[in-house]
Amino acid sequence: MNVWQFMLQNHVEVVELTLEHVWLVGVSILLAVLVGIPLGILISRWPALNRPVLGSANIIQTIPSLALFGFLLPAPWIGARADRLAIFALTLYALLPLIRNTYVGLRGVDPAVVEAGRGMGLTDRQLLLQVELPLAMGVIVAGIRVATVISVGLATIAAAIGAGGLGEYIFRGLAMVNNAVILAGAIPAAAMALVADFGLGWLERKLSPH
Amino acid sequence: MDIPLKDRAIEFYNVSYRLNNGNDILVDLNLEVHRGETLVLLGRSGSGKTTTLKLINRLLTPAGGEILVNGRPVPEWDVIRLRRSIGYVIQEAGLFPHFTIERNIGLVPKIENWPATRIKERVQELLRLVGLDPQIAARYPRELSGGQRQRVGVARALAADPPILLMDEPFGALDPITRSDLQREFVELQKRLRKTVVFVTHDLREALLLGTRIALMEAGKLITLQTGAGFLCAPEPLAVAYRNAFGNEFEERGGS
Repeated sequence: MNVWQFMLQNHVEVVELTLEHVWLVGVSILLAVLVGIPLGILISRWPALNRPVLGSANIIQTIPSLALFGFLLPAPWIGARADRLAIFALTLYALLPLIRNTYVGLRGVDPAVVEAGRGMGLTDRQLLLQVELPLAMGVIVAGIRVATVISVGLATIAAAIGAGGLGEYIFRGLAMVNNAVILAGAIPAAAMALVADFGLGWLERKLSPH
Repeated sequence: MDIPLKDRAIEFYNVSYRLNNGNDILVDLNLEVHRGETLVLLGRSGSGKTTTLKLINRLLTPAGGEILVNGRPVPEWDVIRLRRSIGYVIQEAGLFPHFTIERNIGLVPKIENWPATRIKERVQELLRLVGLDPQIAARYPRELSGGQRQRVGVARALAADPPILLMDEPFGALDPITRSDLQREFVELQKRLRKTVVFVTHDLREALLLGTRIALMEAGKLITLQTGAGFLCAPEPLAVAYRNAFGNEFEERGGS
């Protein structure tokens, strides 16, 4: 039985696992955006926080994902549910590109434009929301794009701790030594990464000034 | 020169400014800008003229001395109110690239909660005032030429009708023909508007054309403060050097 026959036969399960996968990635990217963008703004305002924040995010990035899932298993509340744990770990991985791109994007705004705004009497808040963030938005979306593509891949490993998603097929196929089953997980995951990459790439170009 | 208090728009008393590394940028500066005049700060790069300008709208804070705007010490002003009552024009205009021309010009009125129809009218009025076709309101800064962008920069600074205008080499990046057009139009505009203008330049010709008075600065100090005619016969070596650098046409006119 080839992969297409397998997927056709199990189409209900394929859709179910795909939706689980989208849920894991979607929620963790959303959380990473909610935490990462404010952190990026923070370190662009207080350069002293730059090293500790980016350094921590960097260190998290270097932890092998399977090990991170394992470390978090005994953690209270987080470790209590597999999907919760997976979302938490994926959020941690997505933070670095978000913090860094927000920071780089804000720093990249033409200083003359910022100074003109300040000289005109914009408050810090007006300057941030009306000038700096909109001008940095292309770079920030590029960060979301990178984080999303990474997350789609990483989320397959979440199946190892029972969090579901398309990784289920990959692990099952590995155990059964059945390539068709592995591909039934890998192909939709790859397609999802491509769609996210294309969609967010389009958004990035729309939002970039010039 | 005794000028009544009410005619002093901006006053500097013993103002100094120092960088964090201890370098003195301004030393003991005393200066008065009269209401309705165009005071040109003339000097080389690093002479402290831009610093002087930024102290007025508190983009910088002095290390010592006192600055008054409309008779009121700058630290006593609410900084946002202070800046909104002072128009600010910089080189390359500093327009917001993601805003249309209309939004660029209408930004201060908008955050001051003017009604939308009044902002629209004001934008049209200002575009005509600076010699631009009101039709460009819907365009973005990148779609305009350098000269047009600089005109928009002036229009934006005038939007909320501030009594004071700070201009930091606004025409410095333009080609000579456009620059001379804008200079002439500025003179005409200033005749009508009678704003208090502080204008930074390193170009003596521009200073003589636009300035009611010229303040010559060097190494953070005020060398001399003269009317245009006075500057042409000022004996200070730096003033002489400036006249020579710009050719002897000024020497001849100065003598007549």
